[in-house]
Amino acid sequence: MGMAATDDQFHVLAVDDSVIDRKLIERLLKTSSFQVTTVDSGSKALEFLGWHGNEINMFSEASISPNNHQEVEVNLVITDYCMPGMTGYDLLRKIKESALLRDIPVVIMSSENVPSRITRCLEEGAEEFFLKPMKLSDVNKLRPHMMRTKLKNDIIENGKPENEEKQENGEEKQENGEIITTGEADSEMQQFQTAQSLQQQTSQNNNNNNDNNKRKSMEEGLSPDRTRPRYSDLTVMSN
Amino acid sequence: MERQAAYLRNALFDQGYLDEQFLQLEDLQDQANPHFVEEVVKLFYTDSVRLIQSIELTLKNTPRDFEKLDKIMHQFKGSTTSIGAKKVKKECTQFQEYCNVGNVEGCIREFQEVKQEHAALKRKLENYFQLAREAR
Repeated sequence: MGMAATDDQFHVLAVDDSVIDRKLIERLLKTSSFQVTTVDSGSKALEFLGWHGNEINMFSEASISPNNHQEVEVNLVITDYCMPGMTGYDLLRKIKESALLRDIPVVIMSSENVPSRITRCLEEGAEEFFLKPMKLSDVNKLRPHMMRTKLKNDIIENGKPENEEKQENGEEKQENGEIITTGEADSEMQQFQTAQSLQQQTSQNNNNNNDNNKRKSMEEGLSPDRTRPRYSDLTVMSN
Repeated sequence: MERQAAYLRNALFDQGYLDEQFLQLEDLQDQANPHFVEEVVKLFYTDSVRLIQSIELTLKNTPRDFEKLDKIMHQFKGSTTSIGAKKVKKECTQFQEYCNVGNVEGCIREFQEVKQEHAALKRKLENYFQLAREAR
């Protein structure tokens, strides 16, 4: 089934070696109005993300229009932890080490509740860690992470330098000061409201980054690659 | 027909064959995806064939590779968890415990239980889906 995404829809890349879990996560995500691509391994995920360059590969899970050699925009990666070959943790690391991909929020799923594993993943930059099987209530927690990143990208694409805004931010800082992005549920509403007001004001606020020491400094990592083509340019098939 | 289907379904929960995860599956079923639960269950049974065969083979090889057995069972158990197959899952856990202590007899015996529960649930779910379909 070919689907054309609208600009409103977020695109999630789901990685899991279990065919049943892929079907489940796909349904969960689609029910929440996300566009979904599923792949069965970390290496395929990296290829899909364009990690190896411009080449688009045909996977069993997704087929992409062969005429388009641009990268696909992915707003979030959700991956199983336990996979043969490249684990979810390995995939997380590769994404966070890549200048091209590190902005993409990554979420880990696992069937096992191992505290040290959870800590390790969060320290490596995962936004959240979910125990399988995932529920709809878990999927509802994903949107804020995608919105936050999208907003950041929109601000960067608008081309307003950060320096200018820093002075103006003195006043604004108070009302926006609550943008602490550690993925905690109770700050979601604040983030959302702030995101809305920011869009209206079209002012920049990179404060949402500064307080987060888990996230690498965004300012350094900016590259023109960030302005990837929107998902609507491509037709992606998912089961 | 509808009442029979509902009765069968409730029995599956009451008798411990299914747990809350099955409810999650049902919640994901809607007009756009009217057969979702049945599809997932079918997929489970198709996919589990290779895992069961793999365990059979590995159990036959000596010396027993308990690590491998545990690994395969981990995958299988994951699937049972995903569809809410409570009794099958329980037997899987038991099997893994025998693996952990290297109890060959226990593994072999327990694996029979796994297969039995796996087959029993399949029959029951097939009946249920049949009735549910006829009820529509």
